[in-house]
Amino acid sequence: MDFQSCVNIKKEWDIVGARQLGRDIAKKIGFGTVDQARIATAISELARNIYLYAGDGKVCFEAIEDMNKRGLSIIAIDDGPGIEELSQVMEDGFSTSGGLGAGLPGVKRLMDEFDIVSEQGQGTEIKVVKWLR
Amino acid sequence: MDTKLKDIVLENSNDIVRMWLEEVQSKKNQDYTSTISNELFDSTNREFVNVIFTSIEKQGLTSELDDFSERLINLGWPLSYLTDGMQVFRRVTIDFILTQSEKVDSEYLSKVMKKVDDWVDPVINRLVNEYSGSWEHIVSLQRVALQELSAPLIPVMENITVMPLIGTIDTERAKLIMENLLDGVIKHNAEVVLIDITGVPVVDTMVAHHIIQAAEAVRLIGSTCILVGIRPEIAQTIVNLGIDLTKFPTKSSLRKGFQSALELTNRTVVETDSNDNNIEKLIDTLDRE
Repeated sequence: MDFQSCVNIKKEWDIVGARQLGRDIAKKIGFGTVDQARIATAISELARNIYLYAGDGKVCFEAIEDMNKRGLSIIAIDDGPGIEELSQVMEDGFSTSGGLGAGLPGVKRLMDEFDIVSEQGQGTEIKVVKWLR
Repeated sequence: MDTKLKDIVLENSNDIVRMWLEEVQSKKNQDYTSTISNELFDSTNREFVNVIFTSIEKQGLTSELDDFSERLINLGWPLSYLTDGMQVFRRVTIDFILTQSEKVDSEYLSKVMKKVDDWVDPVINRLVNEYSGSWEHIVSLQRVALQELSAPLIPVMENITVMPLIGTIDTERAKLIMENLLDGVIKHNAEVVLIDITGVPVVDTMVAHHIIQAAEAVRLIGSTCILVGIRPEIAQTIVNLGIDLTKFPTKSSLRKGFQSALELTNRTVVETDSNDNNIEKLIDTLDRE
């Protein structure tokens, strides 16, 4: 099961498409309902960030295996304006759009691994992993 | 030259129709239309070819074409049947004209092709337009229907209303929810509003943000908002996300929310004595006498 499938994010409804595909893959890997909800919520946050701030990007899913654990890796890539201050966006309550500011720190808490690369003007790439327990 | 080509086609319409029917019939076996009964397929084919010939004869689009396409749309025939049919017609007609002509050079060939295109293309365009127009119409009707369903407000009891939310919440819908909620609270004079999110698949920060804003707006106009239908997995994700929902009461189910709504409006549910009890009491009193 080492295929990769991507959903392009251009419209608000693409977020729903990404979420549904992610949930299906998570179900196939064997995640329980609580983890499925966590994964779906994390995808929703990542995809919404692309839609709100970059306007165009994609979310990719991959079933991964490491030693004797299995998991789901989600990569959100965009060519948007990038993030100015990385430490700032990882703080709870920071938002430039009047939202709750819980998106990225929330995703970090929802998932097991969280990796963000962003450079101003170069776009953003966020990779998160959830392991099957 | 133009009229000559037209005459060739019209005079030999029987041959062209026969060739066309054969081609279309052979297509039927291999694809989508295989579920359609033979009689219906035959009669539709004949009608279709008649429509094509009338439009060639009259040099343009006809009302017959409109009627025909409208009926096929209503019957749910695939658009590809019509476009395939027109393409087959183009091929058959060009082949036929070329076999009928003595000298064929490239100039003549391009003229024939242009002439046949002039017959076929407007008909294809019209058919595609009719079909896409009908689809757009259906989509817009469904959009309106969905919008009507998207934020219903039900006054279940004096001073208590319920808004059951089902499905994904996007920005447009969030706006509608807020408007309907506030309008409804004023209109039904509600003291307590229950927002039921049992049917919302994912509660992310945006959905939570909109719900918090709606609840805050309800508070501003003097009513109380209770969020009900929080499933266990949703509760966990809300905690993980670090969303603060302490500003208004929340309950796991609509039933519990309704009970606290009754308490807030100083009411309780009282079970009335059943008829059996009354009869027993009656018998008791009779016994004593």
